[in-house]
Amino acid sequence: MKLMLHVAPGIVRYPLIASVILETNALVNIERASIDAVSGEIVLEVPSEKCLEVKEAFERRGVKVVPLEIPVIRDENECVHCGACVSICPTGTFRFEDWRVVADSGKCIQCGACITGCPQRALKLVLK
Amino acid sequence: MPTPEKFVQEKSLAEINERIRDGSVRVVTAEEMPDLVDELGPAGAVREVDVVTTGTFGAMCSSGVFLNLGHSDPPIKISKALLNKVEAYGGIAAVDLFLGATQPSEDRGIEYGGAHVMEDLISGKQIEVDAFGAGTDCYPQTELETSLRLEDFNQAIMVNPRNAYQRYNAATNSADQTMYTYMGTLLPRFGNIHYSGSGVLSPLSNDPNFDYIGIGTRIFLAGAQGYVMGAGTQHNPQNNFSTLMVTGDMKKMNNRFLRAATFHKYGPSLYLGIGIPIPILNEKLARSTAVRDRDITVPVVDYGIARRDRPSLKMVSYEDLKSGMIEINGKEVSTSSLSSFHVARDVALTLKQQVEKGEFLLSSAVEPLSRVGSSRPMKQTKESPNVGDVMSRDVVTVHEDIGVEEAARLIVSGSFDHLPVISRDGRLMGIITAWDISKAVAGGKSSRIGDIMTRRVYSVKADEPIELAARTFDTHSISAMPVVDRDNKVIGMITSNHLSRLFARRR
Repeated sequence: MKLMLHVAPGIVRYPLIASVILETNALVNIERASIDAVSGEIVLEVPSEKCLEVKEAFERRGVKVVPLEIPVIRDENECVHCGACVSICPTGTFRFEDWRVVADSGKCIQCGACITGCPQRALKLVLK
Repeated sequence: MPTPEKFVQEKSLAEINERIRDGSVRVVTAEEMPDLVDELGPAGAVREVDVVTTGTFGAMCSSGVFLNLGHSDPPIKISKALLNKVEAYGGIAAVDLFLGATQPSEDRGIEYGGAHVMEDLISGKQIEVDAFGAGTDCYPQTELETSLRLEDFNQAIMVNPRNAYQRYNAATNSADQTMYTYMGTLLPRFGNIHYSGSGVLSPLSNDPNFDYIGIGTRIFLAGAQGYVMGAGTQHNPQNNFSTLMVTGDMKKMNNRFLRAATFHKYGPSLYLGIGIPIPILNEKLARSTAVRDRDITVPVVDYGIARRDRPSLKMVSYEDLKSGMIEINGKEVSTSSLSSFHVARDVALTLKQQVEKGEFLLSSAVEPLSRVGSSRPMKQTKESPNVGDVMSRDVVTVHEDIGVEEAARLIVSGSFDHLPVISRDGRLMGIITAWDISKAVAGGKSSRIGDIMTRRVYSVKADEPIELAARTFDTHSISAMPVVDRDNKVIGMITSNHLSRLFARRR
């Protein structure tokens, strides 16, 4: 399960993830992090049995946590199944099945590469 | 047992058209044909199959439409027209326009272009027209605005100078930055490979010797019945890069087979579905339509080199490309397509049904396509200089272990704001600017250049045209770059001053 963390101003300099890992013993994987001087957005992959515990641990530290259930959506009327999204996705979200592009949304980390890469402008990130 | 007397199987186009009319025609797609020919042999396939349908659906930038608006009152001789703010060429008579697929709009830039206007028209939408004219005695009106739908035009005739490439180079990128190209997003350091074309279904790959396809051949063009006007621009059959110039009535087209697209940081393009039914008149055509993905090979070309003659890394087949993975320099590289095989199949199947239902008759060519083409490079009579012609050769380089003060002294005594930092063996490692030094001094920290230098340094080679250096300056908002040789050793410096001096001299 992927969790999107919205790190508020004021706590970006605190070792948030390290402290949550020590507390929960969860094997988390940081899949994407964009942090500037004041705030940040981090996508974590968390084992499903630890998901709730990790979510609550972050929330206690003032982090807004959003589970990424459907991170990317596709407009079926626009998609022509060309495959321009397939090889540019760092996590392998898209693949061909009998030459139709199918998406495994669970793999998406919302990096946005496919959004600009889609010539038909058929993909959108679900931002929370 | 002696084999029956051997004779060449042949039938006429008239015979096949008769079968299309009476509903007894036997049609397969070019995807089904190879197995049939393997099973029955070419002669058997001629007996069993009358027509093989092909199809392709991909970006065809060299496309456009002639539009006739009818005459206004008072009349106008349109010199320039905007259709949904996309400029159409008006230098033909009074109310004829040519709208090109890749023309970007004046308000939305590349996100909406000529191709989008075409898709909107075919989808039944109304478009806004702004027309401007010079004003003459016979055409006094100088400006007008109107709203039009596809049915309001007298004619909307698609004429595409170069479509349906027989095959197309696959693209990858060796450079350190992502490249945004007409072959899609190419990730750095051979991060992916993009290809285009339908391979086994490609119309021209199924008739590479033009035994059927020629001037006047009736084709499926975005749902309408169109025609081959002749060989397309850059037609190059000697190297298996043949192209077609085609035409068709846009009013009869279907937006399932005509889609506007935008390549990020590149521009608009048109995805177009083209199919050609090929009659199996003889064994030669049975053999050529038995072509498979593995028989059609293309070079993988490095778009990381922004020159006309981009290096080719290896030859691969469409079977390799469609497998999803290709090895480049010992690394497995993920491949995907930009054209849609799904819709290409839809084209071939739709065409198959139309032939079976008697709606699509085959036509004999007026002339065969030329077996010789030309795709030469441009003759450039005004050569622009290379980086080596304008760079400074007296470049001061430093090692990473010198102090900030020493670097500051070198900058003050020299003529550059930039000092390339090199390794012991002379290779470029980083760059330090007057700004980096000021920042370090202001921050009151670090005395070693190696700690404050920029390690991600852009460089250029002496034999590259200055246009490449100018583009790198512009893309990365920098004003100077080291010039390096093949071994990444610094041999000079080029700055934006060199370029502006050159520009000033040209004026």
